[in-house]
Amino acid sequence: MPQVSMTVNGKAASIAVEARTLLVEYLRDHMRLTGTHVGCDTTQCGACTVHIDGKAVKSCTILAVQCEGAKVTTIEGLAQGDKLHPMQESFKEHHGLQCGFCTPGMVMAGIDIRRRHPNASEETVRHELEGNICRCTGYHNIVKAIMHAKM
Amino acid sequence: MYDFQYHRPASVDDAIKTLNGTSDGKILSGGMTLLPTMKQRLASPSDLVDLAAIAALRGIKADAKTVRIGAMTVHYDVHASADVKKAIPALSVLAGGIGDPMVRHRGTIGGSIANSDPSADYPAAVIGLGATITTNKRDIAADSFFKGLFETALEPGEVITAVTFPIPKRAGYAKFRQPASRYAMVGVFVAETASGVRVGVTGAGPCAYRVKAMEDALAKNFSADAIKDIKVPSDGLNADIHGSAEYRAHLVNVMAQRAVAAAK
Repeated sequence: MPQVSMTVNGKAASIAVEARTLLVEYLRDHMRLTGTHVGCDTTQCGACTVHIDGKAVKSCTILAVQCEGAKVTTIEGLAQGDKLHPMQESFKEHHGLQCGFCTPGMVMAGIDIRRRHPNASEETVRHELEGNICRCTGYHNIVKAIMHAKM
Repeated sequence: MYDFQYHRPASVDDAIKTLNGTSDGKILSGGMTLLPTMKQRLASPSDLVDLAAIAALRGIKADAKTVRIGAMTVHYDVHASADVKKAIPALSVLAGGIGDPMVRHRGTIGGSIANSDPSADYPAAVIGLGATITTNKRDIAADSFFKGLFETALEPGEVITAVTFPIPKRAGYAKFRQPASRYAMVGVFVAETASGVRVGVTGAGPCAYRVKAMEDALAKNFSADAIKDIKVPSDGLNADIHGSAEYRAHLVNVMAQRAVAAAK
């Protein structure tokens, strides 16, 4: 089995996994980082969104071996101790969640949106969220949270 | 997904050598189509040859007449490229409308074109601009590249290394998105090039194709009005639960008019 090494949330990881292991399986099953969710498993819902070298990617549609040497950030890597990331803080402030299942992906996608569009309008945020599905249809507050996060 | 052997060669030559040594290997570029297909067990290659480590396949170079895009350049980079925005703004718009932001961070132009998905966006631009597809073996003209549903002129052991787009006088792209998948139900890329007007259609047929009647009309008068009465034949067009062949034929006309109106 290939030995796959990457940096996850600032810490070095090196695990022997089958070549077919998806990044999300590497994170959840092998590293026990279960904050990254699998919603659809067909590249549509975005619940599994993580950052690879600073860019949002769906971790259900990339092999762990493709991430050899990469820097991966998951939802667990955002807060610094008890201090939430500004995007997490904003989701709390604006109540940007209902059942919470899509939330990790929404937060990771939201950070990426604001990285590319620092002053994103409502229209931009809604358009940019087309790869993240909230089954509760709670988009209104999610959009507000992303727009108003104090990045 | 069934297991496979994974390879990460550092050069195109090594990639081809590795591929030719496998029983049923496939090339992996961005994986945005191949990996979901493998997850559904619709494909089970013996080996994956990942092109990600080949730096020569990435990047965008523009000169006075052309924009050359490396096969492994991701959609987001094409969309965000200042060179592409300046030379062929319609191509930037097209790349920025593929899938969603996460897909655009991984999906590549070479992978999209090699796959010849009937509803992929890039084939419309390749046909509409009359691009040249460069492989490890030869240059292939757009008009001889797409052969059918998921079928191209690529031979076994042949890999796309770059796509070169001539810079048009003006060009526009418009697509009608399948509401759930965001794939193009129909997308039309219209360009006024040095060698004449070209109209490339994706989503409607088994693969991207040109509409000669529209090209002739637009050559005389480059305006949406000039093509509004041109009926596109529905024979052989795609039909599924999302739309009949007649519906798609109608959309070709509407999207072509919008593409002309958007052209700059």
